[in-house]
Amino acid sequence: MLELNPQSIAFFIFAAFTIGGGLGVATSRNLIHGALYLILSLFGGAGLFILLSAPFLAAAQILVYIGAIAILIIFAVMLTRSMTRLGEVYNRQWWLSALVGVGFFVLLVIGVILPVFGNLDPNAAPLDVGTTMDLGIALVDGNQFVLPFEVASVLLTAALIGAIVIARDRD
Amino acid sequence: MVPLWMYLLVAAALFCIGTYGVLSRRNAVAILMSVELMLTAVNINLIAFWRYLAPDNMAGQAFAAFVFVVAAAEAAVGLAIIIAVYRSRRSVIVEDVNLLKG
Amino acid sequence: MECRDIINTLAACLQEGGMNPGLASFVQILLGVVLVTLAPLIIVILLIWVERKFAARIQDRIGPNRVGPFGLLQTIADAVKLIAKEDIVPAGADRFVFNLAPIISVVSVILIWAVIPLSPIHIGVDLEIGALYFIAVGSIGTLAIMMAGWSSNNKYALLGAFRVVAQLVSYEIPFVFAILIPVMLAGSMGMQDIVEAQRGMWFFVLSPIAMIIFFLSAQAETGRAPFDLIEAESELVAGYNIEYSGMKFGLFFAGEFVHVLTNALLLVALFFGGWLGPFVDQVPALGFVYMFGKAALFYLFSLLLRNTLPRVRIDQMMNFNWKFLVPLSVVNVIVVALLLQIVRALGLAPAPELANDFVANLPQAVILLLGNLAIIAVVLNMLRNFGRSERPAEAAAIRKDEEMLPAQAAH
Repeated sequence: MLELNPQSIAFFIFAAFTIGGGLGVATSRNLIHGALYLILSLFGGAGLFILLSAPFLAAAQILVYIGAIAILIIFAVMLTRSMTRLGEVYNRQWWLSALVGVGFFVLLVIGVILPVFGNLDPNAAPLDVGTTMDLGIALVDGNQFVLPFEVASVLLTAALIGAIVIARDRD
Repeated sequence: MVPLWMYLLVAAALFCIGTYGVLSRRNAVAILMSVELMLTAVNINLIAFWRYLAPDNMAGQAFAAFVFVVAAAEAAVGLAIIIAVYRSRRSVIVEDVNLLKG
Repeated sequence: MECRDIINTLAACLQEGGMNPGLASFVQILLGVVLVTLAPLIIVILLIWVERKFAARIQDRIGPNRVGPFGLLQTIADAVKLIAKEDIVPAGADRFVFNLAPIISVVSVILIWAVIPLSPIHIGVDLEIGALYFIAVGSIGTLAIMMAGWSSNNKYALLGAFRVVAQLVSYEIPFVFAILIPVMLAGSMGMQDIVEAQRGMWFFVLSPIAMIIFFLSAQAETGRAPFDLIEAESELVAGYNIEYSGMKFGLFFAGEFVHVLTNALLLVALFFGGWLGPFVDQVPALGFVYMFGKAALFYLFSLLLRNTLPRVRIDQMMNFNWKFLVPLSVVNVIVVALLLQIVRALGLAPAPELANDFVANLPQAVILLLGNLAIIAVVLNMLRNFGRSERPAEAAAIRKDEEMLPAQAAH
């Protein structure tokens, strides 16, 4: 049986946030609530990152997703008046989508999780972990990720300009 | 430590919820939110595998960082498109945006 | 771990007293969390008094003077009044979100206190990503304002929230760029590392521009004058918090006050050597005195700005950010990074064993300072030319208006 220590308790709380928030996003009628559920889910994800000793990504998750993307989404919901015209939430193929979702989940469980299932060894994870400094060095190291890093910055610039051009009011 | 398969289970569940949202919702903003859920699920998977299988190789974390970048770019452009569509069609229901359909 | 002092090794002390190890560390963590959470909330009682007295003196009034000596207990009386008030939730409001917003607003500020280094040995947690952490949790405050504005079911609140979010999201960019400089100079994001790296030379000397940008954008982030469009009473009724009353309003209010002090503390930690000062290594508790003493100066300066400057218009504020602060902060980061590499390549940077020595730090500091002064000179020159080209145009416009006036009167 799984040992009940602070870390596993934190895991279950964050996992509940993540999945509960996700269900809220997929089902909520009011899109502002949906966006708030999205934030809950992303916050849970950030908690899981901390448990997995990736604090940089956890902070980036909160900064990028909650501080920027979620706010942007709330803005979009309000600008497009999505919360006042609720109408039908789902399209006609919602049952098919549910089938796809559940089927894919079963597939993932069989294909990916079963091979590692049941391994409850608390010392399974290696103890020495790469730090944030290692990540920083890897991102600008000529032999590792400096090219993707530069491409990512080009992508961000392109997205920045593209978003302004598309959303601009022409008059 | 919590075993690896538990993280994978959470990520798989989140990804499938996101898939369901993308396929079934009618509002474009809701679809975009579901896509963000799927990307987060991918990131949880990446970090979990990195932590348990190759914690000294930073590829896992670096990949997750690039997913952030792509997610941010996708949200910015996606929301800009949604607002532009709303301006011309007065709707963000994806079924109403069918100009190219014969 | 052995029992040395009662704050950092409390768990070890409790274990020596015969307590179960798990329980002992739990008690230590719980006490630490409670202390770090309560300290800002207690300090804010004093801060509100200071602010009201200060504003009163500037406006030639006496300020609070009835409750307690010098009116010191006025804030407590106000808090009691706020708690006793009726709890009003507007019709059609989203009750859960409406109640959650003020809590998130305060929590997002208090969470920052976890990484503020108060003395050599007193810090909530010395995270290796401390600087990124406080940027991240600080950005949650924007969300609280959006939630408050939307859930109130009031168009003024919603309009106010839109404005605030535009302001906060914009000013976050120069804010983050300014923090990048001390992180770059210290080579670490941990707050204690950043303070330790200033033993030889305060980062204020190495990059005064970053300090100024940090101060200005922090002023905007807290919504203080001249950037107080967040609650422009005269134009927006009150902004996003119009529907809030009683202690819920009080929480937004307290959050703002704590935020100003928090930013002053961060400014000191990032640019003015934090808890560094004479004899601080022998008597760590002196760190509190230095830290809060330096922060108090900037807090008072922020109050002075608030009470003596007029509010700017929203378009002026956005122009100031996007056309001035953002380009300046980007140029500053590039120049400092380049100069730092040049200094290191020339071997002028202090050797690791001499990092705490003032003289060894001088060459590097002088070069970086000269770089910063060069940027300032260029910027001032550009501003002067801009002003020269702008002023005749403005004067012409005013003359035209004046000529129009008699014509209109004749009609």
